[in-house]
Amino acid sequence: MKKATIQLETLTCPSCMAKIEGALKSLDGIKQDTLSVSFNTSKVKVDFDDSKVAIEDIQKKIGDLGYEVKKTQVKDL
Amino acid sequence: MQRHILKNKKRITLISAILIIAAYTSHYAFHYEPVAKWALLIASIIGVAPIAIQAFQALRVKVVSIDVLVTIAVIGALIIGNFEESAIVTFLFLFGDFLEQRTLNKTRSAIRELTEMAPESALKQMADGSYQEVEIDEVDIGDVLRVLTGAKVPVDGIVLTGEGHVNEASITGEPIPAAKAPGAQVFAGTILDNGTLHIEAQRVGEDTTFGRIIELVEEAQDAKSEAERFIDRFAKWYTPAVLALGFIVWLISQNIELAITILVLGCPGALVIGVPVSNVAGIGNGARHGVLLKGSEVIHDFSRVDTMIFDKTGTLTQGKPVVSEVKLYTQDTGKTRSYLASVEAESDHPLARAIVEYLDEKTLYPVASTDVVKGGGIVATVDGKRVAVGNAALMSQEGVHLSDEAQADIARFELEGNSLVLTSVDGQLQALVGIRDQIRPGVKDDLARLKKMGVKNLVLLSGDNQGTVDLVAKELGLTEAHGNMLPEDKAAYLKDMQNKGHIVAFVGDGVNDSPSLALAQIGIAMGSGTDVAIETSDVVLMNSDFSRLPHALGLTKATASNMRQNIIIAVGVVLVLLASVFFSTWMNMSIGMLVHEGSILVVILNGMRLLRYKPRV
Repeated sequence: MKKATIQLETLTCPSCMAKIEGALKSLDGIKQDTLSVSFNTSKVKVDFDDSKVAIEDIQKKIGDLGYEVKKTQVKDL
Repeated sequence: MQRHILKNKKRITLISAILIIAAYTSHYAFHYEPVAKWALLIASIIGVAPIAIQAFQALRVKVVSIDVLVTIAVIGALIIGNFEESAIVTFLFLFGDFLEQRTLNKTRSAIRELTEMAPESALKQMADGSYQEVEIDEVDIGDVLRVLTGAKVPVDGIVLTGEGHVNEASITGEPIPAAKAPGAQVFAGTILDNGTLHIEAQRVGEDTTFGRIIELVEEAQDAKSEAERFIDRFAKWYTPAVLALGFIVWLISQNIELAITILVLGCPGALVIGVPVSNVAGIGNGARHGVLLKGSEVIHDFSRVDTMIFDKTGTLTQGKPVVSEVKLYTQDTGKTRSYLASVEAESDHPLARAIVEYLDEKTLYPVASTDVVKGGGIVATVDGKRVAVGNAALMSQEGVHLSDEAQADIARFELEGNSLVLTSVDGQLQALVGIRDQIRPGVKDDLARLKKMGVKNLVLLSGDNQGTVDLVAKELGLTEAHGNMLPEDKAAYLKDMQNKGHIVAFVGDGVNDSPSLALAQIGIAMGSGTDVAIETSDVVLMNSDFSRLPHALGLTKATASNMRQNIIIAVGVVLVLLASVFFSTWMNMSIGMLVHEGSILVVILNGMRLLRYKPRV
């Protein structure tokens, strides 16, 4: 298991959060109850199983929604 | 493709603007309609593309977002052939989005400035003894690091060698640099003003005091209050409701234009963004001024506080003994002071340290045959004389005669809450020193300001005896003061106040007061930046600075009212727009979108005012 903290470009609409949450929840290997998207800090925090999903997949999913990923930190749990 | 369109939103906005200008030029200047029509159509289509994509993405996760409303409205306008409306609405929506991003960045700037102060690299001692610059993530506990003048201290640690002054404003809010020598504690994120230090890492990364502060502030920004959760729930149903309303209006009136206008006017933008904007600006202002506010719930409760309960030691007072008065019973005052300082320099008793600090004597005598009398003081030979320093019991043991004058002084010192240190030289009483825990400078004014801001009850609860407590209460103008209180007594008192309907804040140092801090609606910790209190309380005053308290209260009041203003602006604008679409002739989609985007900017700008907030009284 790993923990990712992903810094996005400034989020402007609170509905962005619902979109990102919805998209990431559809990925396999995401620990759903750890997923949080915060509006003001424009950050995504989530624990994921790195044998099932790569951090790149998560970044791509967010990028496909049109949100630029600025910085990603991955830590072992 | 999707990604490409969304990435180029700014460019699309610009092209759309150019096309609209071209259309109007050709319409008004050349009266050539085909160009105008085509330009507006193209502007509409490229403009609605990113909005439609966002709308589709939102629908996929079952969210009816604002993009959905706008997309339907624009498509409707295209169907009825109103290209002017569709072009202008999409442009305004995109341009508004751009401006919102810029201004939102501003409101978040205070907190971003804070996080950007986090150190990114360090000079680490390698196996061969040389120092190399490494990423901050590569520093582990126990590593030896070198900090050069002007550099950031990369971790929390202890100084091994070197001396210098460190600016600790980022941790304590204190602008005056602190001197550091071997053995001193240094904190990540502080800046070495001069000198070179070698430090050993004790805490790294998120575990450092600075890392914890950042984490707390970041969490605070997005910690939602009950009101915000209500707005979120409301917004979830509001947009589908607007969609339904538009649909019903269309069914009844068969007027597409009216129906799509309602979709645009009903957008809830300012409502969902107004409260978070005030929140982030308020917390940002606090973070800059040494006040950590943990979320908007805290802001809301704190702004309504009418009772503040204070702990005495370390909160209203400095928490360390200081010499308050000295009385000398000799002609040769210089010698007495030197003797006293020389003897006390031998001891590390808190009272002795207070005396040494106060006297600041340069000429010290060698002290011989020091004898520590338990529970009494010290007897020693100084300059060939027998010097006894201690309490009244030691004096009588030494057979020192106390004159009437001295006895009167002793009685008065004790009444004023002092601990006594007496000094005799060769059996003659020469000095009487009164030492007590001093009230923090400026506390009286700060309390008066709190009262002016509407805090009706200022209560002191202390474990100290009632006499001392009454003295402090009288000096500071408190409304109530109770002594001899154990931590559980304080908590019981607090509960009683809450049962009487008061909204209570408890201000304490967070160690023995934790039950009360947890129980109060607002627990305010006097944090020196290292305490666990930072984690348990709702508000932290950095550097234990009491004077931040009026700022904190004023700021929460300003932030709470800023939130209310934003909600009123947002709701008011929607109501006025919806009313005018039914009862006026001038309202259309473009004006609606303009007012709507305008109201979003107004709430953001209104929130931004909080960044500059300063208490007036």
